[in-house]
Amino acid sequence: MEQLSVNHLLGIKYLKKEDIQLIFKTADHFKEVINRPIKKVPSLRDITIANLFFENSTRTKLSFELAEKRLSADVINFSASQSSVKKGETLIDTVNNILAMKVDLIVMRHPYPGAALFLSKNVDACIINAGDGTHEHPSQALLDAYSLKEKLGELKGKKIAIVGDILHSRVALSNIYALKILGAELQVCGPKSLIPKHIESLGVKMSTDLMQTLKWCDAVNMLRIQNERMNLKYFPSTREYAQLYGLDAKKITKLKKEILLLHPGPINRGVEITSDVADSKNAIILDQVENGVAIRMAIIYLLVAKLNISST
Amino acid sequence: MSLRVLLSHKKIEIILKRLASQLIEKFNDFDKVVLVGLQPRGIHLLHRLVELLENNYGLNKVIYGKLDITFFRDDFRRFDKTLSPSSSEMEVAIEGKSVVIIDDVLYTGRSIRAALTALDNYGRPKDIQLLVLIDRRFSRDLPIQPDYTGAQVDALEGDKVRVQWKELSKEDTVFIENK
Repeated sequence: MEQLSVNHLLGIKYLKKEDIQLIFKTADHFKEVINRPIKKVPSLRDITIANLFFENSTRTKLSFELAEKRLSADVINFSASQSSVKKGETLIDTVNNILAMKVDLIVMRHPYPGAALFLSKNVDACIINAGDGTHEHPSQALLDAYSLKEKLGELKGKKIAIVGDILHSRVALSNIYALKILGAELQVCGPKSLIPKHIESLGVKMSTDLMQTLKWCDAVNMLRIQNERMNLKYFPSTREYAQLYGLDAKKITKLKKEILLLHPGPINRGVEITSDVADSKNAIILDQVENGVAIRMAIIYLLVAKLNISST
Repeated sequence: MSLRVLLSHKKIEIILKRLASQLIEKFNDFDKVVLVGLQPRGIHLLHRLVELLENNYGLNKVIYGKLDITFFRDDFRRFDKTLSPSSSEMEVAIEGKSVVIIDDVLYTGRSIRAALTALDNYGRPKDIQLLVLIDRRFSRDLPIQPDYTGAQVDALEGDKVRVQWKELSKEDTVFIENK
């Protein structure tokens, strides 16, 4: 029967191809739902979901919250900056206290890699990883792949490039896993200091030449420079980075072909991408955001479907 | 397990014509009527009725939609298997119209309750009626009754009443499957 092979969404690494296909198929239906005059279904009316954000977020948090509300779940929000975490409470204690209030599902973003996995092993609840440090951001990768599939068709054999700060990017790692599972060819591009060693072992090509990468690819995912995770200098100046690895109209016209343009947000306009390119017709940045809600509805629906009412 | 044929394709043909005539008798003006077939199995009955109304009875354009009720069902998380949705195609305005819900078998009435809730999402119809091919009598969990019935069937709990359409198998048949 069609159901997910996992009980938590901790990372794309744990998913099978069939899981991703099931999430996409379910998201198709939710995309129709969120385009109705009344964008809500009652499936999760007896479910409570806690959104735990130990790190800042706008898009992901709003997107998860909207997805939950459109499924009629009750939602509580938690951000670390206004909580007892500041008073020295541990993660497991914080979560167990929230679970004691009868919460069924936890959506968590945390600055430490592996935080979601750790939590899933130590507390009794369904966990969705909304980003754990520099490790994985599975829902973003799923919505990126879904948006690409919507525009390009089946991703098998399609050439996708990921450009920018690969080293600190959880979006990059999750995207690599997801797109590899779906059969795409991948290339990462950026200054050598921002590309992890042994990246080829994941089955992706590497380049430091942006024009070469752009000529090769069908679609490019431009990543932001994550200054907040950098404790030393990885490149001489932002201006130099923008000249070498920023996407601008000049580089696009030189290509003489159309490529799709993705960005997980937030955009630093003028650094990794200029305004005119970010707002051009080949940019599907806002489609990504729309699809984000449908994909997250599908993830939550499919995970909650495994919480049988007789066992809860 | 045994199979018994309840309705042959000839009987089904007669029943479909009668149901189409009943709809015409009820509604003079089909501009204000929307037929809504329930996914997945009510769709075949819907298509058959639309075809009859348009080809045999000369109606210009019957307005219809297809509704999926998966996300409105009350048995989510009650079974081990995940409920898989089908697609909804409701590019019709039901506001102020008469809606006829169309499904193949009426059993507990729970799908119809879900359909009534789901229809809310598309507007406020003038009224809603129910047309079914098979009414399994005396087995309702909810106070829901059909307005148009193809045939009434008495079946035991645990029996399955199945409608086979020629689009999917060789000919139209309704049969009952005993345990």
